[in-house]
Amino acid sequence: MMCRTDGDQDSGPDPEEPPDDAQAFSALLEDSIEDLYENAPCGYLSTSLDGQIAKVNTTLLNWLGYKRTDLVGRRKFCDLLTVGGRLYHETHFAPLLRMQGEISGIALELEAADGSRLPVLVTSTVKTDSDGQPLLIRTTIFDARDRRAYEHELLRTRQEAERERERLQQLATTLQKTLLPPALENVPGLDVAAYYHIASIDEVGGDFYDLFPLAAGTWGLFLGDVCGKGAEAAAVTSLARYTLRAAAVYDPDPTAVLSNLNTVLNHEYNGTDPRFCTVIFGLLTPDGDQGGFRITLASGGHPPALLLRADGTADYLPTPGGQLIGVLPDADIATITFRLDPGDTLFLHTDGLTEAHTAAIGGERYGDEALLDFVRALAPATAQGAITTVRDLLDTFGTGVDDDTAVLAVHVPRADREEQQ
Amino acid sequence: MDVRSRNHVRVSGRPGGPVVMLAHGFGCDQNLWRLVVPALEREFTVVLFDHVGAGRSDLSAWSEDRYSSMDGYVDDVLEICRELDLGPVTFVGHSVSATMGVLAAARHPEYFAGLVLLAPSPCFIDDPAAGYRGGFSAEDIEELLQSLDANYLGWSGAMAPVIMGNPDRPELGQELTNSFCATDPDIARVFARVTFLSDNRTDLEQVTVPTLVAQCSSDAIAPPEVGAFVHARIRGSRLITLNATGHCPQLSAPEETAQAIAAFAGRLR
Repeated sequence: MMCRTDGDQDSGPDPEEPPDDAQAFSALLEDSIEDLYENAPCGYLSTSLDGQIAKVNTTLLNWLGYKRTDLVGRRKFCDLLTVGGRLYHETHFAPLLRMQGEISGIALELEAADGSRLPVLVTSTVKTDSDGQPLLIRTTIFDARDRRAYEHELLRTRQEAERERERLQQLATTLQKTLLPPALENVPGLDVAAYYHIASIDEVGGDFYDLFPLAAGTWGLFLGDVCGKGAEAAAVTSLARYTLRAAAVYDPDPTAVLSNLNTVLNHEYNGTDPRFCTVIFGLLTPDGDQGGFRITLASGGHPPALLLRADGTADYLPTPGGQLIGVLPDADIATITFRLDPGDTLFLHTDGLTEAHTAAIGGERYGDEALLDFVRALAPATAQGAITTVRDLLDTFGTGVDDDTAVLAVHVPRADREEQQ
Repeated sequence: MDVRSRNHVRVSGRPGGPVVMLAHGFGCDQNLWRLVVPALEREFTVVLFDHVGAGRSDLSAWSEDRYSSMDGYVDDVLEICRELDLGPVTFVGHSVSATMGVLAAARHPEYFAGLVLLAPSPCFIDDPAAGYRGGFSAEDIEELLQSLDANYLGWSGAMAPVIMGNPDRPELGQELTNSFCATDPDIARVFARVTFLSDNRTDLEQVTVPTLVAQCSSDAIAPPEVGAFVHARIRGSRLITLNATGHCPQLSAPEETAQAIAAFAGRLR
């Protein structure tokens, strides 16, 4: 846009052309470029390439409380900065301006004549001559007091949020640990192993398992999955765990144990916030001289267990018809009874494993079929061998495992214990 | 660990010529040398690199443990020398890298034909008891760290994924404003502490290789008395004061800077 700052009437618009209304309106309101520069709503500063102040507008002088003669030809731009800002200017601002020819929106603080500080946003461009040689640096300075206060607040809340998140993660990890046995009991004649995969360190998952002694050489075990995540799910997990253990002491029949759990959960959460879980409960009774166990599993809506036999075959142990625990006043419980002979391994899992997304099959869920194939290739296996291999499998899924996963394996070692080597 | 990609090492210039190795300081990367490189390439083999954490170095190689003291950077410089195996180099260290050059040459003088210390400062903090004036107080450095924070508010949200996720596509980084010298704020904070809080005054006396101290005529970061101090402590060193102003003579006066480097390095042959 062409602007006139002098009173030369002769250089006005061509009289033969109709006067431009918009131009006339503009000229009426903003008739002095000088005033536009001096009293602009931002600070203007022009310096030589080494920062020596050559021209400064009234707005900036007023902000800083300097007289023009204090600055022009006497001070450098970086003299107006705080010491920390000067370091930033010399190590970041000035080199970038040299290399790019411009730099914008840099947050700095100016020091006023009275020592007070003014947070500003600074933008500079290098003016070049017709050969492209740099001549001088033009700088605009915006008052950023409000903005800086807002940014400080943002930074402070972000730091606070980061601290909170750390605290929460620690809490979640601690809580998670209290929901699992610190170590599995050492069962005579059995080799047991378990693994808990935490999908998110921000939230407590709802998977749980345990293995514990009951009367007369028998053992109880369970593995389950509470619907949902977080503190509320953790409360249900905790309730489910101690109810299962208490119920098993009272009446170790697996169907009775799960029925009792169903009653407790159903009573506890029959209001507006139903809580339920899937769970497999097992009763292990030593059977015969060969070292095997007779096992009865009861399932309430839980994915079926797998049996890896000593001969290298493997199959699901179907428990169809078992219903979710806690939803209905009387849930149907499905059971299956079988022998775990020397060399056999019982494998329990939660659906975090089969529901995991796998990169290998294009993000599809892993699925029951794939798991069966996997354990068929694995069998026969020790408890620790099975758990380690499944753990490696989970690792290959990476972030594809979006739910917590618990796995528990129970294995009867052969008499010669050859495989233990 | 591939040293060349870790430090984004680039070798150019006259093959077989005397070797000049240019080390950038805090705040930027090897881009800082781009105005002096063409002048040096005619006569010298020129080695450029980024400190780990800066420029296009391998950010995965950065650890707070290694890079929160001068030693990590010095180890890198020595490893680059060993890896390239170009014989003794003239090491040109700007600002904090001048100190790294001093430490490297003290440990392995056989790697170095000479040192050019450009706008050096072995200690930025004043030490009134010893009558040393580095120009800054510890509080000033805290203020710098705040300046860094104030200007990196948007980093973690917007810039980091673009730059860090595409190390093989530098043009993505360059599209971002002010991104030539973009650095992860956590890394920048650690490097700022190393740069401004280290005190390596006593190490100067360990230098035995020919040394040129080149200071600027007006430098807000490394005042003239600091250059004189460095010169006095390194036996046999030469001190020159460039006409260049500011802390980055390789940008404000590239020709003068290149000439000073070339004249010194050329004589060492």
